[in-house]
Amino acid sequence: MLGIVIGVGAVIVIIAVGAGAQSLILAQVKSLGTNIIGVMPGGSAEEEGPPASIMGISITTLTYDDAMALMEKKNVPNLVDVVAYTKGVGTVSWGAHSYDTNLSGCSAGFLEVEDGELDQGRFFTKEEERNLSRVVVLAATVKDELFGESGAVGQRVKIKKHTFSVIGVMKERGTVAFQDYDDQVFIPIKTMQKLIAGVNHLGLIRAKVDHEDNIEQALKDVKLTLRERHDIIDSSGANDDFTVRSGAQALDMITTVTNALKYFLAAMAALSLLVGGIGIMNIMLVSVTERTREIGLRKAVGARNQNILNQFLLESLTVTLLGGIFGIIGGALLSFLVAIGAQFLGYEWAFILSTQSILLAVGVSSIVGIVFGLYPAHKASKLEPVEALRYE
Amino acid sequence: MLINIKDLKKQFESEGLVTKVLHGLSFVINEGEFVAIIGPSGSGKSTLMHIMGLLDRASEGKYEFAGRDVTTLSDNELADLRNAKIGFVFQSFNLLARTSVLDNVKLPLTYSSNKSKIDERARLVLEDVGLGHRLDYFTNQISGGEKQRVAIARALVNNPSIIFADEPTGNLDSKSGIQIMEILQKLNEVGNTIILVTHETYTAEHAKRIINIRDGLIVEDKVVNDRRVAHDGDNLK
Repeated sequence: MLGIVIGVGAVIVIIAVGAGAQSLILAQVKSLGTNIIGVMPGGSAEEEGPPASIMGISITTLTYDDAMALMEKKNVPNLVDVVAYTKGVGTVSWGAHSYDTNLSGCSAGFLEVEDGELDQGRFFTKEEERNLSRVVVLAATVKDELFGESGAVGQRVKIKKHTFSVIGVMKERGTVAFQDYDDQVFIPIKTMQKLIAGVNHLGLIRAKVDHEDNIEQALKDVKLTLRERHDIIDSSGANDDFTVRSGAQALDMITTVTNALKYFLAAMAALSLLVGGIGIMNIMLVSVTERTREIGLRKAVGARNQNILNQFLLESLTVTLLGGIFGIIGGALLSFLVAIGAQFLGYEWAFILSTQSILLAVGVSSIVGIVFGLYPAHKASKLEPVEALRYE
Repeated sequence: MLINIKDLKKQFESEGLVTKVLHGLSFVINEGEFVAIIGPSGSGKSTLMHIMGLLDRASEGKYEFAGRDVTTLSDNELADLRNAKIGFVFQSFNLLARTSVLDNVKLPLTYSSNKSKIDERARLVLEDVGLGHRLDYFTNQISGGEKQRVAIARALVNNPSIIFADEPTGNLDSKSGIQIMEILQKLNEVGNTIILVTHETYTAEHAKRIINIRDGLIVEDKVVNDRRVAHDGDNLK
């Protein structure tokens, strides 16, 4: 019975913890936006493979004008807004305080595309973006490190010997998709390119699509626009010098992987149920032997073979079902503790106890009870009454 | 004519070795008889009782029970016949452990097609054997004599045509043994047919008729003229 308890408990825990971990990963990916399209410089050899730019090779094929072209409704009608990025690292200083952080050169579309929220002040405008304004918006950690409790908006900070006025502070956002959103400084993209990075290309373009149903169309339109701008005639995508991905694609891929893991683990747990079932069979076989005289007596007073078979089947079913119930309670408790623990550590870990997993556990344990109880019960029912009564 | 046996033979086969136990028995038992089957161990008396009680099948010969040829019946038909017509009392009681006296007596009724008033019927037969005050006791909480009375109540609860008692006093002290014989004699007086299997002549002399078996053959079949009557207070040994 302990085998069944452990087996069923393991199934419940694994499915619940698996679902919890999956929800955590999916929530992280979703927070990147499922209706977001990413454009990276450089082609990728395979449809699903990573573009070369991820390997740290600097590719200069994407430009600010590309991002602006995507913004135009006649090119890609389904885009709500576009944000272009050029990233780097640097030291920001205010008076005697200085802090090393990430420098995010981005366009004004940032707020819309990334769902950014301001705590104080404002974000920079398209105007400021185009005329190389020396303004910055600080993320929460940077503001705290440099200014502490005192106000930052209106102050001047230095980045690489250039002076910038702080026009806004972002709300604290935490770590999203394994990236610390609060440890960066936002600089208008052109200012970043000319004054700090000294480059003309972009590291990344992200664009928000108006509806998830239009992602496919938007992907197509983005590709067409960029091919036209880059004079690429080949429409197969083999010669593209850019790579376009949607958040939904990434989500699908991650769901597939995590599902496979989850079911693999559940299969392992089911295996332990099988072992438990063999344990049940042994217990029932011993029980049949121990109760041979009882079986003989029952037959003597008129029990048919079927009565004896049913009695022993019912007993093994009861044992496994009871084990199943204890297993479900124990498993649910354990997965709840895991969820609490993970939440305590700051993860968005959902406690997911699906009816499916309970039904699966109950179903499997009953099947185990019937299948592994069948042989002992059959053996009991076939005993000759005389032999059974004579048994010592 | 309740039991009609003609040229009954039984042999056991084990690993090619044939053991002949009954070599051809013929006798008739009528309703209301009290027959003791007597013989030393190994004589075949228990085997005969098992066949008569439909727990085992004859190898050869004719057996009619209550006018019915039972040699060709299926296992299920035999089980139903045992349930409806036959009561057993065994030497070692064969009560269910960890089960109440009442539930033990109810056991045959749970396999019966007539399941009405199970509790009431079981309580009534327990009162008949003087155990009305022990209904909720577990079988490990009562004495040997009481256990055998529970077994008798269990044998009676289906109102059977015949009761087979296999060495019913064998595991009891003499006082309890007398009580059991007294109950059996009283049951016979009110019309129950009783077959008593024993190896003790003294116990057998409580019956009205004695069939003496030796080496699988009937050596004597006689009426007991001066039968013993069991009273509380007598000494059986």
